[in-house]
Amino acid sequence: MIETFAALAEPNRFRIVELLRRGPRAVNDIGERLHLNQPQVSKHLRVLKEVGLVEVQHQAQQRIYELRARPLRELHDWLERYRRIWEERFDQLDELIDDLSTKEKTHDDRKRK
Amino acid sequence: MTTESASERVTKNKTTVERRSDRELVVTRTFNAPARIVFDAWTKPELLKRWWAPRSLGVSLFRCEADVRVGGGYRYEFGHDPGQPLVFSGTFREVAPPSRLVWTQIFEQMRSAGEAVVTATFTEHDGKTELVLHQAFATKEALDGAIASGMEKGMRETYEQLEDLLGSLR
Repeated sequence: MIETFAALAEPNRFRIVELLRRGPRAVNDIGERLHLNQPQVSKHLRVLKEVGLVEVQHQAQQRIYELRARPLRELHDWLERYRRIWEERFDQLDELIDDLSTKEKTHDDRKRK
Repeated sequence: MTTESASERVTKNKTTVERRSDRELVVTRTFNAPARIVFDAWTKPELLKRWWAPRSLGVSLFRCEADVRVGGGYRYEFGHDPGQPLVFSGTFREVAPPSRLVWTQIFEQMRSAGEAVVTATFTEHDGKTELVLHQAFATKEALDGAIASGMEKGMRETYEQLEDLLGSLR
């Protein structure tokens, strides 16, 4: 997980991962679409491969990179669990706020009378 | 889905969580009330006790003290057993009711994770308040640690697991 975060913190690597979500691509194709030169792309792909975010397949003369779903899914699952905890708290806070607003209103109404 | 939960969905405001960098998380939510009320609910211990602990986790906020002024301290004791509470503590750095609050935060059971800095902004529009909660962890390892401990679910005893999950609550 630590590695996944660090790898994705670099904006161009994040863009590469976003692109690969739509399907596997060759190195030069990635470079063209994201306007990056090949050494840059290769460097980023190497980091992504080291943390297990992508895997490579050799087809004829080309290296095709593909996303590995598991690390991203773990990250997503954690953020979702974290989000649900906050959601529950905020729903509880909504109840309290309703209660406070109602009390305030009743109080104001009484004052007006 | 039942009709009831479908109608709840229409009225409920959305909670979003975004990872903004390797050590920052941002939580947002809108409340149907003026900022003044939302700010009170965040800062008055007697009100915090009524919403802060997520009920589905079966935990309670046993003690809650907050000296809400710049340099003032706070301490939340929560969990399952009041005799062995989990504790969040820290200091208020900025206090600007009802729109902004900045505080430091340590989860005492995981002191090594260091101090996080949390900024809450309450922005009011037409009687509603948007809350943006920005959490900057001390190091990327602290955030990763919170996440990693949440990931190990199912590998340890429920209570321990919950402790770690609770450590990542704020």
